[in-house]
Amino acid sequence: MSEAALSRPAMAAAARPGRRVRPFSATGLPGFTAVAVAVFLLLYLPIAALIVYSFNASNSIVNWGGFSLRWYEAAWNNRAVQDAAVRSLVIATVAALASTALATLAAIGTTRQGRFRGRMAIWGTINLPLMVPEIVTGVALLIVFGQVRAWTGYQGLGYLMLAHTAFCIPFAYLPIRARLETMDRTLETAAADLYASPWQAFRRVTLPLLAPGIAAGMMLAFVISLDDVIITEFVKSAGQDTLPTWMLGQFRRTLTPEVNAISTAILALTLVPLTAFFLVTRRRPPTHR
Amino acid sequence: MSSPVPAVEARSVVKLFGQGNAAVRALDEVSVAVAAGEFFTLLGPSGCGKTTLLRCIAGFETPTDGAILLGGRDITAEPPNRRRVNTVFQSYALFPHLTVRENVSFGLEMLGRPRAEIRDTTDRMLALVQLDAMADRRPDALSGGQQQRVALARALAPAPEVLLLDEPLSALDLKLRKEMQAELKRLQHETGITFVFVTHDQEEALAMSDRIGVMSGGRLLQVGSPRDIYDRPATRFVADFIGETNVLSGMAEGAVARLPTGETLALPAACSGPVTLAVRPEQLRLAPPWEDGALRATVTGATYLGTDSRLRLRLADGTEMVARIPSVPGGESVPAPGTEVGLAPVRGAVQVLAE
Repeated sequence: MSEAALSRPAMAAAARPGRRVRPFSATGLPGFTAVAVAVFLLLYLPIAALIVYSFNASNSIVNWGGFSLRWYEAAWNNRAVQDAAVRSLVIATVAALASTALATLAAIGTTRQGRFRGRMAIWGTINLPLMVPEIVTGVALLIVFGQVRAWTGYQGLGYLMLAHTAFCIPFAYLPIRARLETMDRTLETAAADLYASPWQAFRRVTLPLLAPGIAAGMMLAFVISLDDVIITEFVKSAGQDTLPTWMLGQFRRTLTPEVNAISTAILALTLVPLTAFFLVTRRRPPTHR
Repeated sequence: MSSPVPAVEARSVVKLFGQGNAAVRALDEVSVAVAAGEFFTLLGPSGCGKTTLLRCIAGFETPTDGAILLGGRDITAEPPNRRRVNTVFQSYALFPHLTVRENVSFGLEMLGRPRAEIRDTTDRMLALVQLDAMADRRPDALSGGQQQRVALARALAPAPEVLLLDEPLSALDLKLRKEMQAELKRLQHETGITFVFVTHDQEEALAMSDRIGVMSGGRLLQVGSPRDIYDRPATRFVADFIGETNVLSGMAEGAVARLPTGETLALPAACSGPVTLAVRPEQLRLAPPWEDGALRATVTGATYLGTDSRLRLRLADGTEMVARIPSVPGGESVPAPGTEVGLAPVRGAVQVLAE
């Protein structure tokens, strides 16, 4: 803050004598403020409206009928919502844990084993799911799991857990790998020098320093899983609605502010851990130099 | 000081980086033995292989050929965590998530020492480097000099057979560096641990070491006491790298060498054939140009430096020379540029170099 405040007059002073050599500044473009305001309104006004109408006392999602918590109460007591919420949380928790564990191993494998043949190929393979259209993954999983269902007869939540774990891996992998790459390798060398076995060095030095990256990866994976509609829609069996797919199903009927209440709850569920994580990690200075 | 079994020894160590024709010979048949309790310095310009040799001793690099012995035992194949050797890293490499105390006790914990011993030794080490008050801080709350001392305490705490120091003072400012040089000597004296110190700073090496090994291009050129290295450099590289020196070429004719100017210089020992000679600037004295044994030279410039003056001269054949002339209180000033003088080496000043 204070740095920016200090540098602005300095920059202006530097620019003045040269007259035409003014550094490019996006804020100086005509209509910058208008565009910025429009973008932010477009992004956040609908969400604000959604939240406001979740407290609507009337049945409408567009006409305001006074403040009330009745739709939160309705959602809370709705058996289908309860089931879908629990299912969503269970799947997201399992997918976050499993994908983070796998992503951590993958990140260590791709940054700590030195250069090996095919390292770039592996790197690409891990990240490719980010680029593959979800609808393609959904259809592919539908076909494969259909086969497995036919062979094994298993109908449980395992398919959804596996699918979510798979598409969460690249999201968990990216922050962990970024953290590993900026970590000073000398620290691991120093641990070995001080008689730590490879496992002890990992456990006592690498893992604690990697923790913020792992936490970020897990949080991201959890949120991505919680939010998924497309793949879930293809993979789920009857009666396996998650919160997002249940909500999607509601749009075939009359919408009530109950959907707003559930959306607001999901938003809170997503933002609270992310904010907490941000505050916790900000307090500590960066651990590499 | 001399012990029958060296604390650490390198035997014909070769280290190649890369493969085939592109391979770089970082270490070329390096053999050196460091006695127990010695302060041994590896000195050389960057890229000379000194850090690679240190890393081979620590176990971070595996020699391509040759052996590393610790206390007479071959440890070439052992991983770093099995070697009773600790390193003070150039970047300190303190664990940022641990307190100063936890950093210092790390090695002892990994060795599985009893808790009471870990606590006592850690306390002792923190007192030794005067950081008792900082024990519960994290490394990034300390100054550079304090971090340096934590790194030292951490490496000394497990009482290694040999302490390796990789240019540990290079990140400190001049004043702090001088203080830490004295501190290192004190710590070595108090702990009695063998120190192998790597530096590119010849002054630092001369001031601190019992013995110095001068390295260049992956080879160990000369090993000796600071005095040996300075007074009797074996090669032109050593003479040039350690302090300032005048290098002359000539033809040996028994007890004297004839220079291209036709003048002669007395040699320390009789030899024959072409020779390269070295004379330190402070071992040259101004004499009348006609004095016997003096070289005729013309002054080309002078810089007053307080305790002495640095005089630049040219011999009759154009060879540039430097002489350091001590300041005499109330004495006359050094000759002005253009003056014809004689340059006489003091007794024993002329050294014959191997090319």
